[in-house]
Amino acid sequence: MVNYEEILNMPPYSLDKSKKHEFLTEQLSILTRHHYYNCPEYRKIIDAFGFDVNCIKSYCDIPFLPVRLFKEYDLLSVPREDVVKTMTSSGTTGQKVSKIYLDKETSSNQTKTLVKIVSSYIGAKRLPMIVIDTSAVLKDRNMFSARGAGILGFSVFARDRIFALDENMELDIDGLVQFLRKYEGEDILLFGFTYMIWQHFYNKLKELDLSLDLSRGVMIHGGGWKKLQEHAISPAGFKEALHHVCGINRVYDYYGMVEQTGTVYIECECGHLHSSVFSDVIIRRSSDFGIAETGEKGIIEVVSVLPKSYPGHVLLTEDEGIIIGEDDCPCGRKGKYFRITGRINNAEIRGCSDTYADRFK
Amino acid sequence: MQIDLNKVEFLCHSGISFEEMKNVKPLRPFADEVVSFLSALSQELLRSKTNKAYPEIITFAFYCRKANLESEKKKYLDCMENHIGRGLTFHIAPSNVPVNFAYSMVAGLLSGNACIVRVSSKPFPQTDVICNAINSVLSSGEHDKMKEFISIIRYERDVEVTSYLSALCNVRIIWGGDSTISEIRKSPVAPRAFDVTFADRYSICVIKAKEYLAQGNYQKVAHDFYNDTYLFDQNACSSPHLIVWIGTDDDIAKAKDIFWDAVYTFAKQNYKVEAITAVDKLTTLCRCAIDIGPVKWERMHGNLVSRISINRLPSEIYEYRCPGGSFIEYSDVNLDSLTGIINDKYQTMTYIGYEPEELKKWVMSNGLQGIDRIVPVGKSADFSLIWDGYDLIRNLSRVCYSVQGKPI
Repeated sequence: MVNYEEILNMPPYSLDKSKKHEFLTEQLSILTRHHYYNCPEYRKIIDAFGFDVNCIKSYCDIPFLPVRLFKEYDLLSVPREDVVKTMTSSGTTGQKVSKIYLDKETSSNQTKTLVKIVSSYIGAKRLPMIVIDTSAVLKDRNMFSARGAGILGFSVFARDRIFALDENMELDIDGLVQFLRKYEGEDILLFGFTYMIWQHFYNKLKELDLSLDLSRGVMIHGGGWKKLQEHAISPAGFKEALHHVCGINRVYDYYGMVEQTGTVYIECECGHLHSSVFSDVIIRRSSDFGIAETGEKGIIEVVSVLPKSYPGHVLLTEDEGIIIGEDDCPCGRKGKYFRITGRINNAEIRGCSDTYADRFK
Repeated sequence: MQIDLNKVEFLCHSGISFEEMKNVKPLRPFADEVVSFLSALSQELLRSKTNKAYPEIITFAFYCRKANLESEKKKYLDCMENHIGRGLTFHIAPSNVPVNFAYSMVAGLLSGNACIVRVSSKPFPQTDVICNAINSVLSSGEHDKMKEFISIIRYERDVEVTSYLSALCNVRIIWGGDSTISEIRKSPVAPRAFDVTFADRYSICVIKAKEYLAQGNYQKVAHDFYNDTYLFDQNACSSPHLIVWIGTDDDIAKAKDIFWDAVYTFAKQNYKVEAITAVDKLTTLCRCAIDIGPVKWERMHGNLVSRISINRLPSEIYEYRCPGGSFIEYSDVNLDSLTGIINDKYQTMTYIGYEPEELKKWVMSNGLQGIDRIVPVGKSADFSLIWDGYDLIRNLSRVCYSVQGKPI
């Protein structure tokens, strides 16, 4: 079995290409066998591929499951009674949501890994934290939506926490001002979803012509750029605009998904998303799922050593991206660095039925 | 009842009101004025060189040629005696087959009806090309009578307009599949009016391996198969998704290799797999493996041709329909096992190596609720006045019959 205690002690960006390849192949092979023997659905899929789980030469060869499968099936590799937490993706009403089943071990490893990765950016000390969201998303503690899970996950870095938005998504200015006064002169962690930060935080501050002093703030945000791209806001423009209204200098985007919570990809000082030793991204060509060259756009596959209670260690996402380089980012972190270009397009499908394409929106 | 006409864009319209169209005097099937109008439309469409860029428009224009209509007419000689149009037809065209609205209108006109045709709110160049041609033929002065028979309109999804036109018409023709049908049906039609609906359907292809191997023209078959499938992203109702091989194991293995190699070679030059399609195909494989299993993924040709071989035929196999080149393959020694799964969802059966009459008899003698069309591979998308199990001419017209009393 995977020895998590040992591997989670590794510094998160410490392995170069060949060492990381060896490490991931070993760990992911163990996990593939574990899921093969413990999740009947996974086994059927692997058999359909004609893949031999006892002879894995590279983790790149392990068949990937499309993330959409977690919306249609309950996939577990542990007895159901061991499940302590079920995470769900945020979906709009009527959409199916992914269900990710966590046992105690996987859940705890997710938190530990997140701490390892994030503290390498913000330091090990816990900080006062401003969540740019409403506390209402946490109300149903049994069903963790991706939004709620993100907030709770990152809250381990908080020693005091406020929610910047009320239930009507209005900015709580008074609360913010008080909080900032209380922690004047200290580093402050800000966390939220990219679009909500823009819509309810930046726009509001701009509209009120209010300037907060967050020059000691560290912001971590995620959730994708789709809506901001529609408003023609670039990542650089986003940072600049935020700096303008609150003086913040350290703004980090992250890429992550509920199907692989814990192994997040955080943006470095050079603006690149980095994969840690605990996970990796592989860009796949749509023509044959072959591995794309550096610089070539394709579908993003994500692998993670954490998923043990559910077969989510090797997944094909519905995002597209580009590998920029490996081991040689000027920031000094080892591993691949990449960027996300967007969701895979909803192709204009011809045919008789009007609504087919809508199913995947 | 009045509606806000500002919501409606008129693409072809003579200026008479919808109520006036309701009172148009219906015609006999294949009336001279209709045939002459359609053949003028055909000439108009074929005249323009730029239309060559739209093969589906050329196909439509060929369908409307006088010679073709005359030959169709021969199949309806009895109808011309005692059938007459029902009055006003209201057509709701699908949003993803650009030329479909024109065929629907042709069926409405040939059966003797005035037609209000709602085209998709998605702008297709093909729609404009055909509407412009219709307008130019109508304004030539030679087809004035047809003006009051045709209104082509566009409006965004709007219950008010749909309800108004639905209440007005004698027959409503709904394309666009199950969810469009249930949406439109929220607007009632008049008590004597009815719907002709084109629901989501499933189609299959049956191939006798030995006969396939013997015919030898593999490239031509591959091209035909491509036209049935990839040409419409394998998302037309008539595109086969289940491929059934009949024969000995040896013949089938040989035939499959040759067949798919040829299909792949042709598709490679003409079809690009989008990322979403690649993911859809992979998802379909996983669903089949979990639900049907054991299955085998034959992916010798990258993601262009995705083949999932199964060794039992579950009744809900149509649930694993995936567009863009995803095929479920099943092999057997005869067609018997198919009788257990075919229901009213099944539309077209394309074939290689069979006598169509033999297949028709098989459908009839087994009392199947599905399979309306049995056509050779390559002909699945060809428009016909008999479609989806409806004879459109006979359905869109009414029968007037008279009985001779005994002499007094």
